[in-house]
Amino acid sequence: MPKKPNFFSVFLNGLIWENPTFSLMLGMCPTLAITIAGSNGLGMGLATTAVLVCSNLLISILRNVIPEKVRIPAFIVVIASFVTIIDLVLKAFIPALSESLGMYIPLIVVNCIIFARAESYAFKNPPILSIADGLGMGLGFTFAITLLSVIREVIGTGKIFGAAIMPASYQPMAIMTQVPGGFVTLGILLILVNALRSMAQKKSRKEAEA
Amino acid sequence: MNGALIQNLFTESGGMNPYLQILIGALLVNNFVMNKFLGICPFLGVSKKFDTALGMGMAVTFVMTLASFVTWIVNEFLLLPFDLAYMQTIAYILVIAVLVQIVEMALKKLSPSLYQALGVYLPLITTNCAVLGVAILNTDEGYNLMESTFNGFCAALGFTLAMVLFACIREKLSLAKMPKWMDGFPGALITAGLMAVAFQGFGGII
Repeated sequence: MPKKPNFFSVFLNGLIWENPTFSLMLGMCPTLAITIAGSNGLGMGLATTAVLVCSNLLISILRNVIPEKVRIPAFIVVIASFVTIIDLVLKAFIPALSESLGMYIPLIVVNCIIFARAESYAFKNPPILSIADGLGMGLGFTFAITLLSVIREVIGTGKIFGAAIMPASYQPMAIMTQVPGGFVTLGILLILVNALRSMAQKKSRKEAEA
Repeated sequence: MNGALIQNLFTESGGMNPYLQILIGALLVNNFVMNKFLGICPFLGVSKKFDTALGMGMAVTFVMTLASFVTWIVNEFLLLPFDLAYMQTIAYILVIAVLVQIVEMALKKLSPSLYQALGVYLPLITTNCAVLGVAILNTDEGYNLMESTFNGFCAALGFTLAMVLFACIREKLSLAKMPKWMDGFPGALITAGLMAVAFQGFGGII
């Protein structure tokens, strides 16, 4: 990128160009595990975004204080603290969501997206840009898993965010809300993304030649 | 002899021996990768070759068994008596990170050949959600020390099984001619989906 990175370009980079789910293939466990209902996907995405923004900010502020050698344990402590805060907040204010996400909330700690952004972005960049990166990556992740969970919910149960939209004669395909459905839906989504990407590349190459 | 063995496996009331239940449950029915979606990153990331899959599986088995043992002790003698259950996540992940470091250093010193085989995978294990997942599951299920350790071991064996099977399929798959857009991750994901269908056949055994 020849331009100097600003808040908006860093944000867009995370949201679209380097979408953590579709192009970096990070954070696959929650992506597949909890995407059986739209509300789950949205809740998980926003919780992860909150942790990501906070940890990116703190790590970026502390980047000159943390010695290079102990950075990994330091990242872990920062991330785990924020996850604990989110866990307690969700338990107190949205108990239904906390119930349905279950053990996957504490497991945000080991979501590779957060770790990877701390290591590859926040530890090297100033706080404001790190917040933008956290927001972009987090919302990119939220978008991807909400899309995945809405697809699985509609085909698997005939509902969208809990409200029935399919005609009464529709037979729900239960396998979509089970494990194999998760793998296959993500696989098919990735094929579509790859196809769109290569078409976009072809188009831009043609424009460059013309 | 077989009769006695089988009798041992079942308790007097006709129920299954709890350890057998844990073994079958963790290995096949609630397989970590195929049923709980834990440890997907290494499952997709390092499963291109049989050897690396087996190495990763062995390293995870080693760490998960140890981690189940240590986190139980931490929970029982540190978190519960001091009423610190809300610190569970931080305590467990720190224990696991420290454990992985110690295992790495110990292996380097004591068994260089094993370190050569497993070394590259060890740092990756800290962020493997299967390890933290099994520790949290053990606590949620209320297992005792023996059951926790055994559950950790069996769940790791299940992870290794899924990983090795998947690697074998992918080795074959890499020779096949795939559509361009499907090559790589999308193909692997759909393969994993078909494997998960097969694993669903184990449902209902216990």
